[in-house]
Amino acid sequence: MARPIRILVAKAGLDGHDRGAKVIARALRDAGFEVIYTGLHQTPEQVVEAAIQEDVDGIGLSVLSGAHMTLFPRIKELLDKDGASDVVLFGGGTIPNEDIEALREAGVAAVFTPGAPIAGIVDFVRRECGKRVEV
Amino acid sequence: MKKEKDITGSPNGKHSGKPSSAQAVWQAQFDAAAKLPGANDRTISDHPLKPLYGPSDAAGIDYERDLSYPGQYPFTRGIHASGYRGRLWTMRQFAGFGNAKQTNERYRFLLAQGQTGLSVAFDMPALMGYDSDHPRALGEVGKCGVAISTLQDMQDLFAGIDLGRISTSMTINCTAPVALAMYIATAEAQGVPQEKLSGTLQADMLKEYIAQKEWIYPPEPSMRIITDMIAYCSRHVPKWNTISISGYHIREAGSTAVQELAFTLADGFAYVEAGVAAGLDVDDFAPRLSFFFNAHSDFFEEIAKYRAARRIWARHMRERFGAKNPRSWTLRFHTQTAGCSATAQQAENNVMRVAFQALGAVLGGTQSLHTNSLDEVMALPTEKNVQLALRTQQVLAYETGVGNVIDPLGGSYYVERLTTEMEEGAEEYFARIAEFGGVIPAIHAGFFQKEIADASYRYQREIENGERIIVGVNDFVQEEEHPISLLKIGREIELEQCARVQAFRASRDSQAAADALAALVSAARGGDNMMPHYIDCVKKKATLGEISEALVPVFGRYREPAVI
Repeated sequence: MARPIRILVAKAGLDGHDRGAKVIARALRDAGFEVIYTGLHQTPEQVVEAAIQEDVDGIGLSVLSGAHMTLFPRIKELLDKDGASDVVLFGGGTIPNEDIEALREAGVAAVFTPGAPIAGIVDFVRRECGKRVEV
Repeated sequence: MKKEKDITGSPNGKHSGKPSSAQAVWQAQFDAAAKLPGANDRTISDHPLKPLYGPSDAAGIDYERDLSYPGQYPFTRGIHASGYRGRLWTMRQFAGFGNAKQTNERYRFLLAQGQTGLSVAFDMPALMGYDSDHPRALGEVGKCGVAISTLQDMQDLFAGIDLGRISTSMTINCTAPVALAMYIATAEAQGVPQEKLSGTLQADMLKEYIAQKEWIYPPEPSMRIITDMIAYCSRHVPKWNTISISGYHIREAGSTAVQELAFTLADGFAYVEAGVAAGLDVDDFAPRLSFFFNAHSDFFEEIAKYRAARRIWARHMRERFGAKNPRSWTLRFHTQTAGCSATAQQAENNVMRVAFQALGAVLGGTQSLHTNSLDEVMALPTEKNVQLALRTQQVLAYETGVGNVIDPLGGSYYVERLTTEMEEGAEEYFARIAEFGGVIPAIHAGFFQKEIADASYRYQREIENGERIIVGVNDFVQEEEHPISLLKIGREIELEQCARVQAFRASRDSQAAADALAALVSAARGGDNMMPHYIDCVKKKATLGEISEALVPVFGRYREPAVI
């Protein structure tokens, strides 16, 4: 039997809005994944360090402070630099559509905005982060 | 309220008298009728509801004791004898983005559109105690509020606005004393003495640990800073509302209405206790405490919440804290429509949500109101969308007639019953918090955080399984969205702001700034009131980040126990 998918739910930057991150963390846990939550106010370096130490299959980053165009690309860059390009980076928050396109081009696998159904997020994680489990 | 014969009884079978035949007929017909699916037997907060309320639900209410007249204890029906006939609520749109100059333009626009008070939204670095050029501020400058690091920034923010004539609300907490010091210094430079300033500082640190999560120091020194501010303002800035005790963020974090009510008032009582413990007379500072609530979508539940809040505060202040001044008994509050209820899908629908929420706040007797803009779920609002949000309040105030009669829902069997149940629910929470030994021990135990996380997860599951319909999200979905143009805060704003902060530091007398910081640290280590030292620091051009950082060795830095 394959091991469970491991996900790091992360809050980076100065943003304290943790409702979405906590709901997603619980929902992913209820869906049978192993979930680690970073807690608030992490730097991109701390997030990537935790991801590598915990050997996660994906990072779900939550940003509601408007700093998404800085934080997502920085975390992706650090993952690539540390040889962890296969860790799936996804996330959500108050993020305008045109920024979502730019983030996807920068290597963010998916961005979920307020109101996105949890079932869809769970399906995404199972499909995309599951690839790393199968390898 | 006059006791009447029970004509509806209760579907739960609690009859206070023999049911009339009309009631029995209704009950039989109701029981036999087909019911719609979904969560229509409880509020959005999972509070149980009956399908019908009647005289028996209001039977325990003593009019003089529990409701009384507007402007009279316990103020259930409002704090002003004249309601909105004497004075409308203040229309106060929370605004701030980019740099001080841009936000100053927005303020002048809003004032020109008929707004009657200002409300400052600061950016994350200012809220967390970092200057714009700090490495941790990277990518956050001016993004979710205005970037303020220096006295110069504050002066630019209010350029051309007479601080002696306008009231200003500042949503800032762990760095609140710095913001207040900068505001006082800015006013002084305009020739306005601090005695004449009116406005509100949020400065509610307890709810930060509970919900909003912006902090520097641990709860205990944060309470010291707040009591110093309260003591200072009660003597020197008498028209200033020293704290805005906030339920808004607790609700946004996912709490129920009762939790919002209970946790907010428990925080309020904790500030009163801290003030009294610091040697202040309760009537010297309680009249300047104000509140801030959420206006969520469950219309009647919200109205009951506001009415219950006034009654609970009045009772505790008079009976428990022995306050003698009626102004200490009155709970005055600002309201903001629920950001968490807004949807990115079909964002235009948020206009309707906001209008209903605003109506609830007004029927609940709010003193001041912010109506969210339709685009705030995706970005800071554009000028066009803020104008629409403000116009929503103006239509409510001038066209609907809802302000013509005071507390128009008073006496409604349903609203009175729900008001009582809200009060009872809050009292149960007060007892549980007391078991922890008070608010701060309950924060350290993660009690509030867990209660809120549980409630928000339950709510999310109800949406997921279709028990609750959110229009445009899990029903009435539309594939093609109408594009909405959003406000962009460019990277150049951050670079320009960093340069300004550095130029400000380069232009000052560094020794004078360092001496002022040393005096602040010394006051923090000892027992002197820190507020005059904060003011001296900003006048000597110490920056917000420097002042915040200087106190870390004294007070420590807070780390949250992360629980999911």
